[in-house]
Amino acid sequence: MERAVSFRLNGKAVRVTTDDERMLLWVLRSDLGLTGTKFGCGEGLCGACTVVVGGAAVRSCSTPLKDVAGKTVLTIEGLGGARLHAIQQAFLDHNAFQCGYCTPGMILTAYALLEKTPHPTREQIIAAMDDNLCRCGTHVRIVGAIEQAAGAGKAGA
Amino acid sequence: MAAMDLSRRDFARVAGGGLFVFFHAEAARAQEPAQIPGRVAVPSDFNAFLRIGEDGRVQCFVGKVELGQGAMTSLAEVLAEELDVAYDAVDVVMGDTDLCPYDMGTFGSMTTPLLVPVVRRAGAEARAVLLAMAAERLGAPADRLRVKNGVVTDPARTNSAVSYAALVEGKRIERHLANIPVKPVTQFQVIGHSPRRKDALEKVTGKARYAGDQLPAGLLHARVLRPPAHGAKRLSVDTAEAEKVKGARVVHEGDLVAVLHERPDLADAALAKVKAEFDAVPAQPDEKTIFEHLLKTAPEPRVVAQGGDLAQGEKASASVIEGTYLHGYGAHAPMETHTATAVMENGKVTVWVSTQAPFSVKNQVVRGAGFAPEQVRIIARYVGGGFGGKTGADQAVDAARLAKITGSPVQVVWSRADEFHHDPFRPAAVLKIRSGMTAEGAITLWDAKIVGSGEREAKPFYAIPHQRTVSAGGWQGGNPPGMHPFNVGPWRAPSVNSNTFGRESHIDVMAARGGFDPLEFRLKNLTDERMKRVLQAAAERFAWQPAKAPGGRGVGMACGIYANSYNATMAEVAVGKDGRVRVKRVVIALDVGVVLNPEGLRQQAEGCVMMGLGYALSEEVRFQGGKVLNRNFDEYELPRFSSLPAIDIVLVDNPRTNALGGGEPPIIAMGAALANAIFDATGKRLVELPMTPAHVKAALG
Ligand code: FES
Ligand code: FES
Repeated sequence: MERAVSFRLNGKAVRVTTDDERMLLWVLRSDLGLTGTKFGCGEGLCGACTVVVGGAAVRSCSTPLKDVAGKTVLTIEGLGGARLHAIQQAFLDHNAFQCGYCTPGMILTAYALLEKTPHPTREQIIAAMDDNLCRCGTHVRIVGAIEQAAGAGKAGA
Repeated sequence: MAAMDLSRRDFARVAGGGLFVFFHAEAARAQEPAQIPGRVAVPSDFNAFLRIGEDGRVQCFVGKVELGQGAMTSLAEVLAEELDVAYDAVDVVMGDTDLCPYDMGTFGSMTTPLLVPVVRRAGAEARAVLLAMAAERLGAPADRLRVKNGVVTDPARTNSAVSYAALVEGKRIERHLANIPVKPVTQFQVIGHSPRRKDALEKVTGKARYAGDQLPAGLLHARVLRPPAHGAKRLSVDTAEAEKVKGARVVHEGDLVAVLHERPDLADAALAKVKAEFDAVPAQPDEKTIFEHLLKTAPEPRVVAQGGDLAQGEKASASVIEGTYLHGYGAHAPMETHTATAVMENGKVTVWVSTQAPFSVKNQVVRGAGFAPEQVRIIARYVGGGFGGKTGADQAVDAARLAKITGSPVQVVWSRADEFHHDPFRPAAVLKIRSGMTAEGAITLWDAKIVGSGEREAKPFYAIPHQRTVSAGGWQGGNPPGMHPFNVGPWRAPSVNSNTFGRESHIDVMAARGGFDPLEFRLKNLTDERMKRVLQAAAERFAWQPAKAPGGRGVGMACGIYANSYNATMAEVAVGKDGRVRVKRVVIALDVGVVLNPEGLRQQAEGCVMMGLGYALSEEVRFQGGKVLNRNFDEYELPRFSSLPAIDIVLVDNPRTNALGGGEPPIIAMGAALANAIFDATGKRLVELPMTPAHVKAALG
């Protein structure tokens, strides 16, 4: 149903008027022009579209807009500022990307993990990341980067 | 200056003065073309150039594409080295058909061996020109001058310094590549030190823009109606319901039926409302019957290699062993699906495309969408993975056609189901090998027939006196119609994953039959020193304990050559009763000649381990009646974090061989190494890839 939906996006209040059954991914990418969030499968199976809603990593391709009404949404564009966030810095230090297409989703999934579990074990990292796919095979580096970021202190945007 | 033609126009776009060095990666012409539609002729006497600008920045323009393999970084690195400028002062402009000179495409591990040496020479040439200018300016002989960070100084005089920027200021100097020697390896300062990747910051901040991230004003998202099965023809179409979707526009022109909407998801919804009928396709093979079908439909085989006399080899053999090895189709499955965004302006179309071969795509758009060559510009700045699957770009033709028809910018993004369905798959293959050996384990006979995979690296590198290898069909085209139920094409290290699986599985079968340790058996039959070296390096790191298989330990090895790079892979697995194979560790020893960027090479090799796990263990393309049944990632299992083994990459130093590409060679032996490890663990020989839990469980009985 077409209606105005308000939420906080990357720290700023936004209001979008559209069919609120539409998936968040398309509202972010197309209506709001934030292209850092990627389309990979459209069915919640790859993690490329991951954003953080109220502290939890969600698949924006399978999250209707109405579900984020009144909530906070964090996309890759909202992470870090003048300086990189510790997780971005760790991905950069470890070269934890190749083509980079999965990277925003990986970083936000890792962010949500560290928010909840600041010092995860390797098993916890693997479990949290397991549904994020990377065809370039950067997994070993992503695990290393998350371990570094966890060691560097607490996560916070 | 000779024959600039087309490229003079491109070149004119580079504004401003400075020093230009034009060069031609001569050997780049010799690149083996993938299955690329409509190749164009090499237009001029150079295919890359380098500019030192008046701001002191170095720009290098090459037609290659950054697919994630780090080419942008390696090229910047070698230029910084040869020019003695800061790595951060180098910009590499890639994949733009208006700015960059012609390039055939980014595949075949060719950037490092073919382009890098020439880029280095161009850097050396530019440095020599700048030094001559500085010598004049400073009144000192050129050979006395020193350069650091783009500033030339005369050590004999204090306060003598002139920057490259100052030297080229207000000038426009054009040079073609002469024969200036490059720096010797011993003087490298930058090369070999793995600087931060050029694309790093944009990729961790989400600012890297891929073809689908171009959102020009007035953009329409198009969804093109496609047949449900390969070979099916449209009988009728009814777009009435789709037209009722608010804001939707339907285009129906000849073969092209598309729905367009300013929102991508609403375009999807409108396409779902298009009703169309297609005819039934004739009976087609499925993933079980395909191997018989390939044997029946394959063209006449071609002799790839032969030596000695097979009959004599037969006589000299104490035992003769036959084996047949099968490899199913493989999907590329890049995380970014095929995408294009087309914008018309003044009769000219610019298309941002996810492609490995922008110049081929340009030609495809010229012909497919009815433009003159000078009206088409293709830009492939960042691409979300290719692996051989993004050489053609039908979506770019669709986007350009629709932009022309509607007058609006148009974006076409394949759904994941489209991506699986229209993928130019790695061809399925059958490898039949008949071999013989003496009681002492010397291989005396090798008679191999390869169907489907293609002939690259098909010739065995073992020292075998009597041998023949024949090959029928391949990924490069020329297959008889009906041999494959859909398109096939290059897939990371084309031919070689399948050919290595067949050869190295069979070698292990022979070793086991003769009661030899697999390493000992290989070394006994090798005279190639580079191969022996990588095997020994891998064995040392792996701590290989000699034993005949099956030894119940779950260890296996395989080795292979790709594009003159050498690979020895060893793996350890645990096999569950349910048929699940858990890979515990993988060691790969690589000889890729001089290593320019060890960090970049490790990244590629680690990626190859993961992608290798997929083709070896889980990625199974299923199909029936011309339909690909895998539609999304729940039906095509890619390796995940939980599949990650301990990975150890050993770079075997080889300063005598020029730098070779590293994006493909590390993957080639994964299939065989894992099949051999599974045999060692269970005593069961898996002869078909992928070795899915179902296949393994069936073999366990
Ligand atoms: S696009 Fe949302 S999970 Fe793949
Ligand atoms: S870096 Fe390419 S998909 Fe992960």
